[in-house]
Amino acid sequence: MNQPVLLAGGINVFKYAAPQTFYPLAGKMIPWFGWIAAAFCAAGLYVGFFVAPTDHQQGESYRIIFIHVPAAWMSMFIYVVMAFWAGVGLIFNTRLSHMMVSALVPTGAMFTFVALWTGALWGKPTWGTWWAWDARMTSELILLFLYFGFMALQAGIDDARRADRAGAVLALVGVVNIPIIYFSVKWWNTLHQGASVSLTSAPTMATTMLTGMLLMALAAWMYTIAAALHRVRSIILEREHGATWINEYAETKA
Amino acid sequence: MKPRHKRFVMVAAGIAALGIAAALVLSAFEKNLVFFYTPSQVVANEAPQGRSFRIGGLVAPGSVQRQADGITVRFVVTDTAQSMPVAYRGPLPDLFREGKGVVAQGKLGADGVFSASEVLAKHDENYMPPEAAEAVAKAHSGNPTGSTTVVVPAPATGGR
Repeated sequence: MNQPVLLAGGINVFKYAAPQTFYPLAGKMIPWFGWIAAAFCAAGLYVGFFVAPTDHQQGESYRIIFIHVPAAWMSMFIYVVMAFWAGVGLIFNTRLSHMMVSALVPTGAMFTFVALWTGALWGKPTWGTWWAWDARMTSELILLFLYFGFMALQAGIDDARRADRAGAVLALVGVVNIPIIYFSVKWWNTLHQGASVSLTSAPTMATTMLTGMLLMALAAWMYTIAAALHRVRSIILEREHGATWINEYAETKA
Repeated sequence: MKPRHKRFVMVAAGIAALGIAAALVLSAFEKNLVFFYTPSQVVANEAPQGRSFRIGGLVAPGSVQRQADGITVRFVVTDTAQSMPVAYRGPLPDLFREGKGVVAQGKLGADGVFSASEVLAKHDENYMPPEAAEAVAKAHSGNPTGSTTVVVPAPATGGR
């Protein structure tokens, strides 16, 4: 390790890179993120279903956007975060980074599935089809297979260190797919419409619709953090069982 | 170089190589990744010949005609530069409207009419309440440059 990096408050950030210090910290953070997620979700659903107006073309069926878009954003973002931790794990050989990757995968797969499923439910009444092999949908389906592939690969290798490294390589390789998903509607003719919200131009949505969608996106972020922390705690216990700190921790808690 | 730095260089080089490879593959496949062809592309013979493909564009306003049998529909798909007549037998999606986006799958007949086996509506990325849509339409027809509404429908072109 290098010289410990000290933040302004004098907190050693590397201290929390060790599972035994991260475990209790994560435990304290989970309820906070969980409740904030629930609050954002309640507010977002309220705005989405009771405040936001009906759409001029699609009527009420557009309201699936409040789940579909946050789920789709999250499915891509989780993969980027996963790839980041995979890279950190490969470079610095940190156990916790690899555990973080494994902890994020099921949530990412869930959001990808939700995005695809709600997209199908939305596509039928608006486009007239559940599914089409256009670039946006196909690349999102590939993302789902990447998540499944990661889980299968890790489950298939018994040695945890090797499983971590193989998974990390897959996570990094798959990250090429993310810009393809994101820009597919720009690069090619697709059935899927272009982006309503982007960093480079004003959103093409009524303000209340946008508010509901952003609240739901925040809820998805908070939920992801809570779920990943919860899962990483289980992974820590599983991987480090037998370590003295776990026995000591269990004793102080008992 | 510390082993950590070496690993960093390897990971970075790996991602860069992969990114370049993906970019090359995608640009090579670019033509095959389109979901539909625009009428201009069909006129320029860029669409596949002799097999089924999709055309996309806007339903030309005033072009939709229901035939006497009540189930056959004829309309014109346009990308504002070129247009193409389409004949279709079957139910149309709810969002099929004149002036809105459409994607039709089928074959181009010798008579230049595209006979479609499936018609999908393609909606745009603008979401607004009906009142706002009316206001935008009014502002566009009365005073094309004076619109200050935040939500402005982008001209939905075939390139989207």
